[in-house]
Amino acid sequence: MSEYILGIETSCDETAVAIVKDGTEIVSNVVASQIESHKRFGGVVPEIASRHHVEQITVVIEEALAKAEMTIAEMDAIAVTEGPGLVGALLVGVNAAKALAFAHQKPLIGVHHIAGHIYANRLVEEFEFPLLALVVSGGHTELIVMKEHGKFEIIGETRDDAAGEAYDKVARTLKLPYPGGPKIDELAHIGAQTIDFPRAWLEDSFDFSFSGLKSAVINTLHNASQKGIEYKHEDIAASFQASVVDVLVEKTYRAAIENNVKQVIVAGGVAANKGLRKAMETKFKEERMNVMFPPLSLCTDNAAMIASAGYIAYKQGHRSGWDLNANPGLDLEMYANRGK
Amino acid sequence: MNVLAIDTSNQVMSVAMRKDNKFVVDYTTNMKRNHSVGLMPAIDYVMKESSTKPNELDKIVVAIGPGSYTGVRIGLSTAKTMAWTLNIPIVTISSLELLAYNGLGKARYICPFFDARRGLVYTGLYENNNRQLDVKFQEENIALTEWLDRLKNLEGEILFISPDYSLHQTTIEQVLGDQAIAPILETDTIPKASILAEIGENRPSQSVHEVTPNYLRMVEAEANWLKEQKQKSGT
Ligand SMILES: [Zn+2]
Repeated sequence: MSEYILGIETSCDETAVAIVKDGTEIVSNVVASQIESHKRFGGVVPEIASRHHVEQITVVIEEALAKAEMTIAEMDAIAVTEGPGLVGALLVGVNAAKALAFAHQKPLIGVHHIAGHIYANRLVEEFEFPLLALVVSGGHTELIVMKEHGKFEIIGETRDDAAGEAYDKVARTLKLPYPGGPKIDELAHIGAQTIDFPRAWLEDSFDFSFSGLKSAVINTLHNASQKGIEYKHEDIAASFQASVVDVLVEKTYRAAIENNVKQVIVAGGVAANKGLRKAMETKFKEERMNVMFPPLSLCTDNAAMIASAGYIAYKQGHRSGWDLNANPGLDLEMYANRGK
Repeated sequence: MNVLAIDTSNQVMSVAMRKDNKFVVDYTTNMKRNHSVGLMPAIDYVMKESSTKPNELDKIVVAIGPGSYTGVRIGLSTAKTMAWTLNIPIVTISSLELLAYNGLGKARYICPFFDARRGLVYTGLYENNNRQLDVKFQEENIALTEWLDRLKNLEGEILFISPDYSLHQTTIEQVLGDQAIAPILETDTIPKASILAEIGENRPSQSVHEVTPNYLRMVEAEANWLKEQKQKSGT
């Protein structure tokens, strides 16, 4: 018998609900984006995000069920992002999930947002362990090794800004409209790498650091304008992107070899970046490892990934209580070891 | 008829069950606690105590603020989703009106309020009318001194009901003197879901998707943005 999980994700500025069959097959996947609302502020305003979530939540649940032509009674469990993310935003999803689970007396499963990003790939192709995941988004830059389902070991993470955060800040300096990350990617494709921006290798560590690069870009632009020199935006974008991508690809490659992995997964919003995709494919071409990118719609925040990760947690016997809370700083390794 | 009432809009968390026009059980705390942790266990408790299964619920009544933004959203996310998924009516009641009902029949005017920091309060004015309260002055997020100046011109006693009364007692008494009175019992300043269920059970319901919190205050970023737009169009 097939098993169905309804997933809810409200950790940032997308109100998302999805239904996934057996952890691998999307039945419906609805995302109500708030980008238009936050655009005028140049970034996500947490209080406004929370207000939108509470207005949208039942509408989005209804749409996800209608598209799937299913009812809550047919679900085997309700999965929800419990963290990390914006606390006010997370709370709406967590409480809605509890209401659904309680009203129909279904199991409730709290899910880690990053586990969700990784499991987005399982909606495309089965995992092969050990696998290495590079999770890159506005809030995260992490290298994670998985030896089995539901087990996550962080081998590298950012010491300051997340990669996506650096993209957003550079985009703001270039006065590109929000969200700036994809715009930089576009510009980078038509520009030339005329400036040699720094790359933070941090010696042998698998950790990342992007704040130095971000400052270098800002300083370069500042000095140039004082001297009356003008750089083309596309050249700045190309040079900046080259620096980010070099570090991401090289560290992922080294981590993959060192951990002898069978599969490499690139997940999170920045996984949609074309420059990163191309460089990753070129670097791994000679290796027998299988490098995977989720389709664009599954890179950004969605609830299908939460239902997929929730399915594994469900099968492994994890259950959340009625006291489940939003946990904005939820730690991935602690989450993986919960119940022990 | 089984009516579940929920209020998490301020520090007090209160959940109650009403069956066939009679109060049966409630669960109320007045502590600095996270309502997201406590609410569903409290609902579970009142449902079990009253031997009510979720699918036996007929109506949900919820306090929609003003109050703590997060607190209001916890109650509303829960109440909305439950009402939607059980396909039962949802009734919303102002958190100020709920508090005002603690003073029903006790004075001509009832003024409930919550402290909103920096000298501001969330407040409104209600008038006793037979067996119910009528709105005299609409709810506002307003400087307390400005509000009191408006009340000064009224005739008759004004009963101030607030868990934050002691914070503002001096100011109130300075402006209104003997006209201002306060409840004798401290527990009369605590909003109660048992009252919420009673006053809400016969009120018209709302379309569940349209239920939104009553914040009484715009988000600062949005207010600034609107101001900028106005300045731009003005020049
Ligand atoms: Zn994300």
